[in-house]
Amino acid sequence: MNATPKTHLPKIALAALAAAVLAGCSSVPLDENKGAPVESRSTTGAGAGAGGASAGTAQSKVTSVDLAKTDAAAMSNLPRVVFFDFDSYVVKDEYRSTVEANAKVLTADRSKKVVIEGHTDERGGREYNLALGQKRAEAVAKSLALLGAANNQMEAVSFGKERPAVQGSDEAAWAKNRRAELVYR
Amino acid sequence: MLTRRNLIAGGLAGAALPALGQFRVEISGVGATQLPIAIPRFRNEDAVAQQVSAIVRADLERSGYFRPVDANGMAMDETARPVMTEWRARSVDALAAGSVQRLADGRVDVRFKLWDVVKGSELGGQASAVDPADLRLAAHRIADYIYEKLTGDKGVFSTRIAYVTRGGGRYTLRVADADGEGGQVALNSPEPIISPAWSPDGRELAYVSFESQKAVVYAQEVMTGKRRPIANFRGSNSAPAWSPDGGTLAATLSREGGSQLFLMDRNGGNVRRLTSSQAIDTEPVFEQPEGKRVYFVSDRGGGPQIYRVALGGGGVERITFAGSYNISPAISPDGRTLAYVARQGNVFRLHTLDLSSPGAQPVPLTDTSDDESPSFAPNGKLIIYATRAGGRDVLMTTTLDGRIKARLVSTTADVREPTWGPYGR
Repeated sequence: MNATPKTHLPKIALAALAAAVLAGCSSVPLDENKGAPVESRSTTGAGAGAGGASAGTAQSKVTSVDLAKTDAAAMSNLPRVVFFDFDSYVVKDEYRSTVEANAKVLTADRSKKVVIEGHTDERGGREYNLALGQKRAEAVAKSLALLGAANNQMEAVSFGKERPAVQGSDEAAWAKNRRAELVYR
Repeated sequence: MLTRRNLIAGGLAGAALPALGQFRVEISGVGATQLPIAIPRFRNEDAVAQQVSAIVRADLERSGYFRPVDANGMAMDETARPVMTEWRARSVDALAAGSVQRLADGRVDVRFKLWDVVKGSELGGQASAVDPADLRLAAHRIADYIYEKLTGDKGVFSTRIAYVTRGGGRYTLRVADADGEGGQVALNSPEPIISPAWSPDGRELAYVSFESQKAVVYAQEVMTGKRRPIANFRGSNSAPAWSPDGGTLAATLSREGGSQLFLMDRNGGNVRRLTSSQAIDTEPVFEQPEGKRVYFVSDRGGGPQIYRVALGGGGVERITFAGSYNISPAISPDGRTLAYVARQGNVFRLHTLDLSSPGAQPVPLTDTSDDESPSFAPNGKLIIYATRAGGRDVLMTTTLDGRIKARLVSTTADVREPTWGPYGR
């Protein structure tokens, strides 16, 4: 929402006004910035047209924004693993929020690229498991694409059974190895 | 001269040969008829790097068809005139003797002669001058000669195998003699290497490397180490297989989504799709000897089974029907036998299927439970495979009827993914 810089409204008041306007539209999320802290007020403030100058602030003030820190903080909190049932490549409901969080990151910054690495547990042939891992990676990629990630931001690859996360030959270990990992490169 | 030492009877069930280096060979399940053969030390062989006669004896013994008879007390070479009655008295059916000689130019002359003791006749012999680095090869060629003269089948002792080891966080692709000795590292990597495949001329190995954090197919010249990427498309690139004429490769690519079979020329160009299914299609292997069809694994019917398709993509036929999980096909050089791994419950076991008789049932070849990666020897008489024994990954060879097995036990790292190279080194 754009307001002319001349209004000199405090940013908070402006956002509240915008929220009040939006509350009447059921199809638009009330707070688009929730869950994507990279879009901090200080960096998008200019785009929202708040003008950056609240009443009483010195004209010479410069607010410093450390992009690397906020970006890294956001990325380090991002869940990046999806686990799968045996012989399955279905992305279970319990990982929906993981998929959504990553989709948000990708849609917010189109320059971000992710490699989705599919894995299997140790049971079975190497090449067949490589293909199963590929199916898992592609299932996650498809889920991300449905939420708006672009195909050129994602590559689905597989390690099959070659790179277990956990050593062991019991179901506890196998369950931790049947996974897809999202790796931002 | 008669030896004063007792002849060793030989009893081979479970006998271990001395550790010659990286691999120890153990043989089990020896067949009923073995030809007793005496191969005394070659004259002068202690003066060169390899005990030629010991390598020949070990090769013949490992085949399961020969029982070496101790004759080390004998001093003889290829110029001897053996007294057949003396040898028959020791229950020896065949005799080989030879010599080695350093030449002025640095090469080594190796020569031998073979006698049929039963018939009392000379079967032949050979002489050759070799680079000292090729002494093992010279010994293997002698074993091949003897094997062929006495069994009628071509020997594979002078062929090579390639396999992958994993240890200490590193992976190597190695090339060794068919007896597992003389292993040399072709590729050393911190990331996995899988699916090595010999080119039909034995000069190159194709393989999958994860060095760039995804599966990429490379081809590498064995002698020079020169390597080139063959398939590095979006997604995973794996399961390389060479056509019998070496001009075409099949591989599993996910560049169009999923895992599907593609053909390409030997440098990776002219990529064209071979299978079109919504399933997993992988592990291609060309039919022998003409390569007009490709066997492969597909789970289009539910679980993974082995199918066959013509080079144009048509005529897909299912080949395996028993069981719900059949993978890793290998085709014998005459095209008549399929070797593969079948999963029953938690057991993965090597089987063969006679492709030339319709309605034939698969036959299990082993009683181990973690068999992988079967590959035929070029004479079609042996299969090498990987399995698990004593908590370690090991390589085994077996005759096609499963009766004679030899275990190549690495003393260092886990070994897997063996592939048997062609004739003609």
